[in-house]
Amino acid sequence: MRKVYLDNNATTPLHPKVLDAMLPYYTELYGNPSSIHNFGREVWGSLVDARESVAKLLGCSPSEIYFTSGGTESDNMAIIGTALANVGRGNHIITSSIEHHAILASCQYLGNNGFEVTYLPVDSYGFVDPDDLKRAIRKGTILVSIMHINNETGVIQDIPGLAAIAKAAGAYFHTDAVQSAGKVGLSVDGLGVDMLSASAHKINGPKGSGLIFIRKGTRVQPRMYGGKHEGAMRAGTENVAGIIGLTKALELSCGMIASELERYRKFSSRFWNALNEIIPNVVLNGPLDEGRLQNTLNITFKGIEGEAIILSLDLAGIAVASGSACTSGSTEPSHVLRAMGVEPWIARGSLRISFGKFTTDEDIDYALEQIPPIVERLRKISPVVSHN
Amino acid sequence: MHSSTQSVEKKKRVLVAMSGGVDSSAAAILLHRSGYEVVGVTMKLWDSSALANADSTKSCCGAESARDAKYVCRKLGAPHYTINYASEFKRDVIDNLVGEYLSGRTPNPCIRCNSYLKWGELVKLADQLDIKFISTGHYARIDRLNDGEYALLKGHDEAKDQSYALWGIQRQLLSRTILPIGTMVKGEIRQLLRDEGFGFSDKPESQEICFVPDNNLPRFIKESAEKSGIAIPEGYIVNRDGTVLGKHRGIPFYTIGQRKWLGIGHTVPLYVKSFHNDRNEVVVSEKDGLLSRTCIVSRLNWLAEKPLQHYEQIFEVKIRYRHLAAPASCELRKDNSMHVAFKEPQRAITPGQSAVFYRAGRVLGGGIIDVAE
Repeated sequence: MRKVYLDNNATTPLHPKVLDAMLPYYTELYGNPSSIHNFGREVWGSLVDARESVAKLLGCSPSEIYFTSGGTESDNMAIIGTALANVGRGNHIITSSIEHHAILASCQYLGNNGFEVTYLPVDSYGFVDPDDLKRAIRKGTILVSIMHINNETGVIQDIPGLAAIAKAAGAYFHTDAVQSAGKVGLSVDGLGVDMLSASAHKINGPKGSGLIFIRKGTRVQPRMYGGKHEGAMRAGTENVAGIIGLTKALELSCGMIASELERYRKFSSRFWNALNEIIPNVVLNGPLDEGRLQNTLNITFKGIEGEAIILSLDLAGIAVASGSACTSGSTEPSHVLRAMGVEPWIARGSLRISFGKFTTDEDIDYALEQIPPIVERLRKISPVVSHN
Repeated sequence: MHSSTQSVEKKKRVLVAMSGGVDSSAAAILLHRSGYEVVGVTMKLWDSSALANADSTKSCCGAESARDAKYVCRKLGAPHYTINYASEFKRDVIDNLVGEYLSGRTPNPCIRCNSYLKWGELVKLADQLDIKFISTGHYARIDRLNDGEYALLKGHDEAKDQSYALWGIQRQLLSRTILPIGTMVKGEIRQLLRDEGFGFSDKPESQEICFVPDNNLPRFIKESAEKSGIAIPEGYIVNRDGTVLGKHRGIPFYTIGQRKWLGIGHTVPLYVKSFHNDRNEVVVSEKDGLLSRTCIVSRLNWLAEKPLQHYEQIFEVKIRYRHLAAPASCELRKDNSMHVAFKEPQRAITPGQSAVFYRAGRVLGGGIIDVAE
């Protein structure tokens, strides 16, 4: 059976060049960067280079980059670390209702521990309305955290606009850029953010490696205590190979953003147009052109109930996702689609297709060949009354 | 994918309901061994996080159980999915259970779960995935008779037989159902899992009601009723003459046949005999008062030819899971209810429980006990 991977927002295969860059750090370059001897110094030097390279790509100073175990840890640091370090300034946090669970669960933790959290709504395309942020922000607001690009729909928020509102009100602004770093051109100053989370494995880097940018002067408490690694912000011997892999992945992906975006645009329009032509009553959850990262298509086939389509595709060798993959293989209606006002039964039947660096035209061909008969079969047997 | 699955089209696929327990794991293994292509599904029937303090290892449907099912499937090279059926389970099983208890009846939720979830939602999923067969880890058998008809039969392990809980499934689904462990006994099942190297072969038996892990069903009923704004009123305990003997905490807290200590003055043990719902009374009697000879069974379902009306036949009738089926003269009435007259009086025939009609080890059909007389 042919296997086609169309779930690149969940994770991506490692780029061979990234693996090559990482391998020496599992073999000859094994020193501890904190050690006083040559073994350590050599590896320490590699970390210095890596940090400089990453800082350059994000447009910040190397001392503002902290390497972590991934997007989730970075998000936890940004939300909980910032809240705890700024209790004197207030107890209010603002986020959106379509964030990744790493943000939402961190905010819930704060909500259970004396902080007040506002979850901003989104419109039917998934956009946060800046006016909602203006209305919600107040004197005691410590932090605003809005994700850059949504993992389920690809919707791109106006981060510069939102960050400016936070700045004017004297609140810190964090963005979860796990789905955008390396996929769209970004700089921390261009975005106007105080903090930014990114991850390696979404851009053909290794799993378990990520970073957080923390603008100089931003008060954040560490979440991990121990040695004075990462400017005493993140204790623990560095995941050297992971950091090297993250750096290489970011370098590679940032070097081809324009051509990749063009490829995704072609895939997306080809896929969407073909589906629309063959299958009636297909709905795109999210905006079609403007405001969507074109590698992500969140689709509902009207009249098909539940997750049967995703399972059928899996049995045909095609990997797509239903909403977020972070609920360990169990299928729940997506909170992102629910926030966009999509009915739960439609949300449960939606599927997310996400293209990646190694997606080919043949992959798209195979998917376009498999999907229509499955949709037709499911529509024939599920006697769902016509929903409008 | 392994190269062996190249012949996917030729291999017969089967959707196996896997709770993560010993029995359904064994079912999946046996099907895999006999050449089926197994697709495992763990049906998440209730939100186990709401029972955070409960020991989730002891029940099916918990997160850990889904993991065990996935683990088995991994060993078989089979796909595994966890699917949330909590809203369907609440609608079709829990709401009915609470309603039945509130009206003084004692339902069997496993039977409804089988009819509505396993031989309902699971079959629907199989249709959607274009899979012909479904399978579960029930101790019962399905045989094809000489005339080509499919029959539901008792499992070979008499002590574990679960055919009683399957009377409510649709007859035409028998031909699509495979019950691989019905010919085995529990010891063989555990041995099979040990042979396959699964550490959980000594997992405890799943308890009676999976979604109430502390087994405190009355509390569950009370809390569910309160959530719907229904209070459970206290009332009087009376004897058969209507004499008040004491107070009760609410009808749902009692089941027929339950022994009831009433303190001083009643040296003879008393048992719950019935309920007067209209007067909110629990009626008690001495042990002999629990015996009755007849009952009316309605909401019938047949897994064999429907009996003729007004024609008495002798069936063996089982009136609860742990009851030894007893011979009774059964007559189908015009209103499609069954009048059952046991040869010997039976103890604690309980409205809400299922009566299942057997002949020579075959389940002919069943229904819900309405009235015992």
